[in-house]
Amino acid sequence: MEHITKHFPGVLANDDVSLELYPGQVLALLGENGAGKSTLMNMLVGLYRPDSGSIYIRGELAEIHSPQDSMALGVGMIHQEFKLVGNMTVAENIVLGLKELSFVPNMDEIRSRIRELSKRYGLQVDPNAVIHNLSVGEQQRVEILKLVYRGADILILDEPTAVLTPGESRDLNEILKIMLSEGKSAIFITHKMDEVIEFSHKVQVLRRGKTVNTCDTTTVTPKDLANMMVGRDVLFSLDRCPYNPGGVKLKIDHVTVSNPLGNRPYLDDVSLEVHRGEIVGIAGVAGNGQTQLTDAITGLVPISAGTIQIDGRNMTNATPLQIIRAGVSHIPADRGANGIVGDMSVGDNLAMKKYRTKEISKGMVIKRSFLRAFADKLIQAFVIKTPDQDTCVKFLSGGNIQKTILAREIDSCGGVLIAVYPSRGLDVGATEAVRQNLILQRDKGNAILLISEELDELQMVADKIAVMFEGRIMGIRNVKETNTEELGLMMAGHTEARRDA
Amino acid sequence: MRIALEKRDSKSRKMAVIIPLASFVISLILGALVLAASRSNPLQAYQAMFNGAFGNARRFQYTIVEALPLLMCGLGVGIAFRLKFWNIGAEGQYVWGAIGITWVMQFWKFVPIPMLLPIGLLVGMILGALWAGVPGFLKAQWSVDETLTTLMLNYVAIGLAEYLYINAWKAPFGNMGTPEFPRETWLPPVWGKVHSGIYIALALVVILYFLLYKTRWGFELNMIGKNPRAARYQGVSIKKNIVIAMLLSGAICGLAGSVNTAAIAHRLTRGVDGGYGFTGIIIAWMSGLNPFASILVAFVMAALTTGADALQIAMRLPESMGEVLQGLVLIPLLAGSIFVEHRLVIIKKEAV
Repeated sequence: MEHITKHFPGVLANDDVSLELYPGQVLALLGENGAGKSTLMNMLVGLYRPDSGSIYIRGELAEIHSPQDSMALGVGMIHQEFKLVGNMTVAENIVLGLKELSFVPNMDEIRSRIRELSKRYGLQVDPNAVIHNLSVGEQQRVEILKLVYRGADILILDEPTAVLTPGESRDLNEILKIMLSEGKSAIFITHKMDEVIEFSHKVQVLRRGKTVNTCDTTTVTPKDLANMMVGRDVLFSLDRCPYNPGGVKLKIDHVTVSNPLGNRPYLDDVSLEVHRGEIVGIAGVAGNGQTQLTDAITGLVPISAGTIQIDGRNMTNATPLQIIRAGVSHIPADRGANGIVGDMSVGDNLAMKKYRTKEISKGMVIKRSFLRAFADKLIQAFVIKTPDQDTCVKFLSGGNIQKTILAREIDSCGGVLIAVYPSRGLDVGATEAVRQNLILQRDKGNAILLISEELDELQMVADKIAVMFEGRIMGIRNVKETNTEELGLMMAGHTEARRDA
Repeated sequence: MRIALEKRDSKSRKMAVIIPLASFVISLILGALVLAASRSNPLQAYQAMFNGAFGNARRFQYTIVEALPLLMCGLGVGIAFRLKFWNIGAEGQYVWGAIGITWVMQFWKFVPIPMLLPIGLLVGMILGALWAGVPGFLKAQWSVDETLTTLMLNYVAIGLAEYLYINAWKAPFGNMGTPEFPRETWLPPVWGKVHSGIYIALALVVILYFLLYKTRWGFELNMIGKNPRAARYQGVSIKKNIVIAMLLSGAICGLAGSVNTAAIAHRLTRGVDGGYGFTGIIIAWMSGLNPFASILVAFVMAALTTGADALQIAMRLPESMGEVLQGLVLIPLLAGSIFVEHRLVIIKKEAV
């Protein structure tokens, strides 16, 4: 790719970016959210067209207008959200949409070809398995198989490890190595420095649409990379006031949320207290009841037993609106689906909690001038990068979408803030901003419940850490009195004798 | 050379205006093909239609009169459509409006005559609202598919109306139909054939515009329509709003029925299921759910109907040609909506 430039309304997404990839090589593309990594790759796979610049593949000028064009040139991309049909089998998903597929496909032949490819690259997947029965890691393998089946030899992976367990990440690394030995090559979009070092041969750092640096991975340290990415020294520890918790703000008392489909409840007799001026972190592998816990607190799923109290008032099974009115803010896990209305403007999205208040409305009427002033204030305060407040929020980058949610929830926070994976998929700069905001809210005396998969985040930000496993709380620890090993064991379901709540 | 679709970087506002206009032109061309296939000269036919719709003051008035129920039904279903609640039951809700006002006129003898009209309109509204509220409630409570319930309830309402005017409420003398309403209760004319229902329809446009674009409730409907899950996370009750929106939607369609009955037929009779509720769906879509744009669209659609009457006389073509042309308007519009977020690019040469 040479001298690629791409404008979006009000934003220069890529400014004269060039990129080279050689056979058998992994290139890591590193940069903050909105740095232009995804835009650049989307042009390579034909989802966008560059305003200027050209793309050469195997030395020849390539005209790429659609994903089909890029696939024909052997370029395939695995997006962060997988594009698989949940109730179809692996084999069906792999051949879905193939042009050369006959009207009545010979599934036996397809399956044996898939088995052969799986074996060759160490991608163990049963071609007859139905997608929604597979783990995320397996689904990712299906996505890779899909590309390999189509003859891709340039693979683009958009934050492939964000959804994987450490073990699965190692497997992915092995798979990539086999592919590289065959002369295939890969571009790896990421935020995580460790992965850059572990996976790639070469790293290219983007910042605000421009290439900052391209270098051999062996010559850099994670700290160098972080500095290049953010353009200044990154704080790896955060300033905070001394831990001085107030009274109980949020009390979860023996709460059970039943699961009509499974054999164990989503939440099993969970008790937890969050005090004013305190951050309680919930650690645990995703899918162990964390989302049900936050949904139960915010009134989105019914509680079958136990009580939830806010400021001593019983809020068990109250409506979401009553709970919002009681001062609870919620940064949901799946931001695109639950956190924003993509087709509404940034301004409207910022106002989605406060539109009920005098700050924006007079009685039942929304005052546009109030709303505009309010939105501009938040856009400035939280440094949301958007052409203007009338832009549809779905056209913003992931980090700025998260900032929009953060701004709305923190601004409307009335004492309790529930943050679910708030820094997931964010770059160093945005992550730091999120964490600093959480600590700021704690220092102001708010009660904060932080759900995270990253132990180092919890250890950096939280005052107490509770570990969840299979819908239960395995134990609650003061951050200063515990260590990674102990927490790790609890996350894996090891019960321990000591239980101090 | 090849043509491909490419995603735009943002929504095109220009396209949001151009598409309905271009769709209308394309539909006229498609209509010309249909006309040519029925051995008529399309240009002559369109000229006859134009004259039929706007040829003189009286025809112009007829077109306006025809546009009013269309406009009101379009406004009514448009509210439900904002929630992506596919109310295709406007026809039945309209019929209930007509039944409601007839019931008041015929049986509420205790009401003083000057009060009959306002109460009749109100009862028509309420019955329309209740008829729409049923599918709304079923959807909110048990996720019953609204396209089926609203559609099928149309036929129940139409069947009931037939029973009433053929049988139960039939006037003792004369043809099918209930007795005529007292002359004092007819909606007074304002300009020739144009009756004062025009004030009601235009007032509705302004009220709905305000309600949908300026109030907190309109904001909530917008959120639910565009992302119901996020709306729920923001504390907006989806169930409650579906029911309220459907009650309002049905009330307006019911009002359309009672206004039109008080203005034109002055009784419940054959032809009460005139298809206004179904054409209202096209109007809601073409106007992009904007109440002010609905005025123009309803007027154009009405012109196609009144023009088609002339077509029948001048060109000896069936009256249903008007409905064919109305339907043809919707197809290019739906197909064209892709251009709001996409654009066509022409790829000059294939390079591999």
